[in-house]
Amino acid sequence: MVETFEQISPADFFYRNRDIAGFTNPTRAIFSSVRELVENALDASDLHGVPPEVYLRISQEDNGGEEGEVYILRVEDNGSGIPARHIPSAFGQVLFGSKYKLRQARGTFGLGGTMAILYGQITTHKPVYVASSTGTSRTYEYKLMIDIQRNRPIILDRKAHVNKTRWHGTVVEFRLEGDYFRAMPKILEYLKQTAVVTPYANITFVDPKGRLYRFNRVTTDMPPPPEETFPHPYGVDVETIQRLTKITDCRNMLDFMQKHFQRVSERIAHGFLENAGIGKKKNPKKLKPQEVVRLVRKMKEFKDFLPPRARCLSPLGKDLLKAGILKELKPDFIAVCRRKPSAYSGHPFIVETAIAYGGDIPKAGDIVVHRFANRIPLLYDEASDVTVRVIKSINWRTYKVSPDMPIAILVHLCSTKVPYKTVGKEFIADRPEVRREILNGIREVARRLRRFLTRKEHVERERRRLSVFSKYLPKIAEFSTELAGKKQPPDIEKLLKSVRRFE
Amino acid sequence: MNKKPKNLAAEKRKEALKRLKKLGVRLYGQMEKSTFPWIKMPSRSTQNIFYSPEVRQYVLGDKMVRRSSRNIRHIRPLTQLIWAAYFARDLAQQRKTSTLRDVYYSAQAYEVPFKDQPESNSIITDLETVMGLSREDFKVFPEERSAIFGDLTIEYTVPGYEGKRLNLMSHPDGMMIGPALTSAEFVKTSADMVIAIEKGGLFTRFIEETVHKKYNALLVLTAGQAPRATRHFIHRLNRELDLPVHIFTDGDPWGMHIAMVIISGSANAAHLRELTTPDATWNGVWATDIVDYDLPSDALTEVDIKRLHDLRKDQRYEGDLWRREIKKFLEIKKKAEQEAFSRYGLTYIVDEYLPAKLEMTD
Ligand SMILES: Nc1ncnc2c1ncn2[C@@H]1O[C@H](COP(=O)(O)OP(=O)(O)OP(=O)(O)O)[C@@H](O)[C@H]1O
Ligand SMILES: [Mg+2]
Repeated sequence: MVETFEQISPADFFYRNRDIAGFTNPTRAIFSSVRELVENALDASDLHGVPPEVYLRISQEDNGGEEGEVYILRVEDNGSGIPARHIPSAFGQVLFGSKYKLRQARGTFGLGGTMAILYGQITTHKPVYVASSTGTSRTYEYKLMIDIQRNRPIILDRKAHVNKTRWHGTVVEFRLEGDYFRAMPKILEYLKQTAVVTPYANITFVDPKGRLYRFNRVTTDMPPPPEETFPHPYGVDVETIQRLTKITDCRNMLDFMQKHFQRVSERIAHGFLENAGIGKKKNPKKLKPQEVVRLVRKMKEFKDFLPPRARCLSPLGKDLLKAGILKELKPDFIAVCRRKPSAYSGHPFIVETAIAYGGDIPKAGDIVVHRFANRIPLLYDEASDVTVRVIKSINWRTYKVSPDMPIAILVHLCSTKVPYKTVGKEFIADRPEVRREILNGIREVARRLRRFLTRKEHVERERRRLSVFSKYLPKIAEFSTELAGKKQPPDIEKLLKSVRRFE
Repeated sequence: MNKKPKNLAAEKRKEALKRLKKLGVRLYGQMEKSTFPWIKMPSRSTQNIFYSPEVRQYVLGDKMVRRSSRNIRHIRPLTQLIWAAYFARDLAQQRKTSTLRDVYYSAQAYEVPFKDQPESNSIITDLETVMGLSREDFKVFPEERSAIFGDLTIEYTVPGYEGKRLNLMSHPDGMMIGPALTSAEFVKTSADMVIAIEKGGLFTRFIEETVHKKYNALLVLTAGQAPRATRHFIHRLNRELDLPVHIFTDGDPWGMHIAMVIISGSANAAHLRELTTPDATWNGVWATDIVDYDLPSDALTEVDIKRLHDLRKDQRYEGDLWRREIKKFLEIKKKAEQEAFSRYGLTYIVDEYLPAKLEMTD
């Protein structure tokens, strides 16, 4: 027998392996579709610098008694919009996107939204409807399908309209099979946690029963947008160098090092090239393959590079994190911390942590953990996540925390490359550098929680103490008056006053 | 013998009222001077309980404890204590009696509730300690009651019955040793001795067999461990009427201890006097009786044996008789009930055993 060989397209590959992108079953599929579309919408408004206005609607379609429930998923945003010529590829081609840059965003792979649409197409055989405008004089409408084998969009219909209001934003609508009612708790939790890390967004959700959920913004302040940066020498691989040498217009290595990498000054470039044994005058385009390999290895070894810059990151900042938590959890106490930028394998990252006590936080019998990465709530595979492991490793009694307390911990990891374990973006791998930052961040807020709890305990004790005195002293006075055969009870106001320590 | 009643009960009542008022005046004064009200009383911790060979009972040492309302842990029990004093004063003024159970429930009406009955009982014991009086003096009685039968005329002091006399042979079941009897005065008696009996069955048998006549005796039923009111009553019979007291119990460590508590008291009552009768004697059933009279017996259980070993270390058991009997029990590893004499016929115990035993200790 002769083996047959064939090539499959990326779309085909992800279609066959949809598990790894989070489309395992009808419940996960509808959850993942919602989050991919909502994240794209939020990315588009963040990028455009306008406070997001996201509208999400899930409605049920009568599918004539066929097996499986079909839902229509519609997401509207007021973001940047997509230039007309890119619309078909953005939604009809896997691994096409605008977020491959070194800049923090929710999306990274050029996969999520398109996977959702692909899933809809294979379960319902219906096209996706997209309308978008970048705020020009036109809005564009597309009906698309994906040619899975070729990984190419098929344009079924295209219309242009006059855009009088200069509306900018995007509308995406498609059908998919799913199990909304099973996914409902996770979807609501997802939206709620999204509201926590996006306190400047208005999110509206209409569910299949016509119920309306509103998550209102409490501020229009947005975190400063991230700047696009060059890669740090510690974080590049052979492939990256080869691509750079193809596009560069630098004539020698000294210029090449300074221009395409961050934090490489002339002095450092000199030092590094000497150390690597590569000619400073050498034309980068003439690097031999083994020289490229040596360059990459030496880059990782060289000690004198400055740490990666974090301007490509966009942490939420203490105020916004606080605002988000206050708005959704209404706690009695909150402490937030933003760690200094750090890096793992050349990828800069920042950890933000928060701890909240009381309010709407349930007494779950354990600490409630909210994990976020680049402002995405992570809801699945909690046990495998580094944050959860770090929390488990802490001896909470030293912070006066007991399991029956209503406590929530939030950890937000920002990075140009979040170390996800899967493309489904559900949990973060255990990198020692990341782990250390998370641990220190949690410790810092936990210390402040301890101060709060100590004080609370104190006030509580004091209150109990006072109530004991004001309960019993008058009784002692009453009975003693009777025993002594007096008419007037003695004046105990002075005594009661003297036990009031805090007033 | 003929005695004129001294109306001891009325004196006791007056004394109790006086002391209760004094307590109130002290506390009131403290509060007027804006100090947190406090009291001081002898400590009842085990380290402060000693056996006194002179008094022949347990007594409290010199250690005092202070309960101050300034202290968050003291204020609640102190309030309860003062309430109990107030409650006792009410009882005394209205010349009423009540039970430990009543105390427990009454507190709830004043919003000084007790956690449970033991807590309430312990506050009453505190009050006894503070007052230097027993709870019966301020008319708080336990539930369990025992009885007396014999030729003793008493005069009541309880309201409604003042001056009324009664002979304690009037009722063939005996008379209950309750608050009215405990506070009564002794008028006259023809008795020469007191015989205390552990069990109701034998008490009735003694009455039927007219032991009171044959031996000129007052019969007291302890009904198991004698209540404090009964112990006090026996004490009075011994003191006021000069009657020797003989105690008959089952032949086992528990019966032996019933006798001992009547004689030397218990550590729990170390703060009280007049509950003991040091000259009373335990006349049986002894371990040696089991052998001598060849009584039907049961084997000692492990708990019995452990109890005997404990008693052996107890100071109250230092006398020769006690040592000998404990040793004998441990040797024969047997015990016998008072009813065991029935094997020789129903009257044997009265006609043969009793005279022999009474002679032995005379
Ligand atoms: N609502 C939107 N507004 C503007 N651009 C959008 C919107 N949705 C998708 N896009 C564009 O389509 C591209 C592909 O989206 P897709 O979700 O497939 O990938 P991604 O967001 O880049 O990465 P990820 O796989 O991590 O989600 C995006 O990079 C973006 O340029
Ligand atoms: Mg996306």
